[in-house]
Amino acid sequence: MARDLTGIVIFALAVIALTLLLSSGVWLNALMMTLYAALLALAWNLLGGFGGQFSFGHALFFGTGAYASAVAQVTHGINAWAALALAIVAAAAVGAFVGAPAFRYGLKGSYFALVTLAFAEVFRILALSAGFTGGGVGMMLPLNESIANLQFGSRKGYVALMLGCVVAALATTAWLRHSRFGARLQAVRDNEDAARAVGVDPYRIKLGATIASAAFMGAAGALYLQVFQYIDPGIAFGPHVSVEALVGAIVGGMGTLWGPVLGAALLHALGEATRNLFGQLPGLNLVIYGSVLVVIVLFMPRGLAGLGDLRRSERGGRNG
Amino acid sequence: MADALLELTSVSVAFGGLRAVQDVSLRLMPGTLGALIGPNGAGKTTLFALISGFLKPDTGRVVFDGHDITGQAPHLNARRGLSRTFQIVQPFAAQTVRENIAVATHLHEPRRVAALAEAERVAARVGLAAQLDKPAADLTVSARKRLELARALATRPKLLLLDEVLAGLNPQEVAEMIPVVKAIAAGGITVLMIEHVMQAVMHLAQHVWVLAQGQLIAEGSPAAVTRDPRVIEAYLGHGAAARLQAA
Repeated sequence: MARDLTGIVIFALAVIALTLLLSSGVWLNALMMTLYAALLALAWNLLGGFGGQFSFGHALFFGTGAYASAVAQVTHGINAWAALALAIVAAAAVGAFVGAPAFRYGLKGSYFALVTLAFAEVFRILALSAGFTGGGVGMMLPLNESIANLQFGSRKGYVALMLGCVVAALATTAWLRHSRFGARLQAVRDNEDAARAVGVDPYRIKLGATIASAAFMGAAGALYLQVFQYIDPGIAFGPHVSVEALVGAIVGGMGTLWGPVLGAALLHALGEATRNLFGQLPGLNLVIYGSVLVVIVLFMPRGLAGLGDLRRSERGGRNG
Repeated sequence: MADALLELTSVSVAFGGLRAVQDVSLRLMPGTLGALIGPNGAGKTTLFALISGFLKPDTGRVVFDGHDITGQAPHLNARRGLSRTFQIVQPFAAQTVRENIAVATHLHEPRRVAALAEAERVAARVGLAAQLDKPAADLTVSARKRLELARALATRPKLLLLDEVLAGLNPQEVAEMIPVVKAIAAGGITVLMIEHVMQAVMHLAQHVWVLAQGQLIAEGSPAAVTRDPRVIEAYLGHGAAARLQAA
């Protein structure tokens, strides 16, 4: 645990130092978006990587967070910080709402993936047709730069915000690696019957992981809204966010601490590089994600973080 | 008569037309080591699943330690002190031996460090102390069986259901495992074991139940049961007992 926490502190200090050194808006933007992608991947990893429950519809929680914050701020005039807290709570509640029936009736593997996908689509259609979400027009957040409003003149403010959330997600992941809850979650992932035989209640454990995972996705959704000041049903509940979250975690290494950060950084770098090479072709980054995913699953099933483990065990060290 | 630790009353379950367990009643006294034997497909593992809560009986009652636990979820039974191993070993393959056992020690120990330390002590009891840091996937068959046993033991059970912990072991490994099981029973844990290795049954069990085609056909001391003509016929076919007598 101490080693994980030291690593997280070093990571945070490095990002802060980088932010202070960088002055170009392009690079700060890249850093912010990488942290944002890392947050999505870390959130997905809590449930998918440590719990073995593969969600294809994590946009459900992302969109819930984004819309909860937007409706709170725009319609009800609630302060942006309170709206962020509300977004997290709303996403966690939706996590419980979807997780409870799915796990109660023992949905696993592709069935669970399909249920999450279906719920995300249902929410997208609801957001399109409901009145309070603004329908297909989406919702605009009025520009009003101040810390109290959670809107910053410089990208540095958003980098700090994203970093705070990423550090919280990393700390939660580290806790999973060194706690009873985490041990039980990984036991359920590896063999549910064996876990039940030694006193683990898979329902409660999976539900808890879903709620935690959803809460971080909700935070990501609310932060997205703060950065871009606009949300519509396609952005919020569409497949793009779901794919970005799961590909980042799988490419980086499921069930590891740093894998999702590595995966998100690699994918973001690739996305930027191709954008410079081929221009703004819509959907090109999804093609890249798909190709990288195929290569990783074929040749590095344990992801980028798995490479480090492999090297260590070859040198005779022990995994951990 | 003293109170039984485990009491089954007319337990039955059917899968479609197959009556896997029919009207089974048995009483296991605390502090004893019982064995459940019978030909392949007799319903022994199904009966274990019914006791431990992985399956729900259609009819009948399971009473454990004075509580009706019929159809109660396995994790609740484990908390009450009823633990089982699996015939087909079920390790948490990606995790080390220590981590595997710690999942079970966590049942009574919320702190991670203490749970890992207790896992080491349990590993020593079953002879796994040297392999604590090995991933479960890298263990030999014999070590995996020991890991099954260790995980069940780590829940601090009152009753341990052992499903063929000796199956697949060579004679040398069986000889090494028998004292381990014996020590567990001597430590005060009541044991009910499914076993095909008769050497072990004769050696360990105080009371034997024989299951054939879902029904209990005999019970008694190991020596008495193996002489029982109904048992011989169940294993060797109709008329076998008579032929053996003649020979």
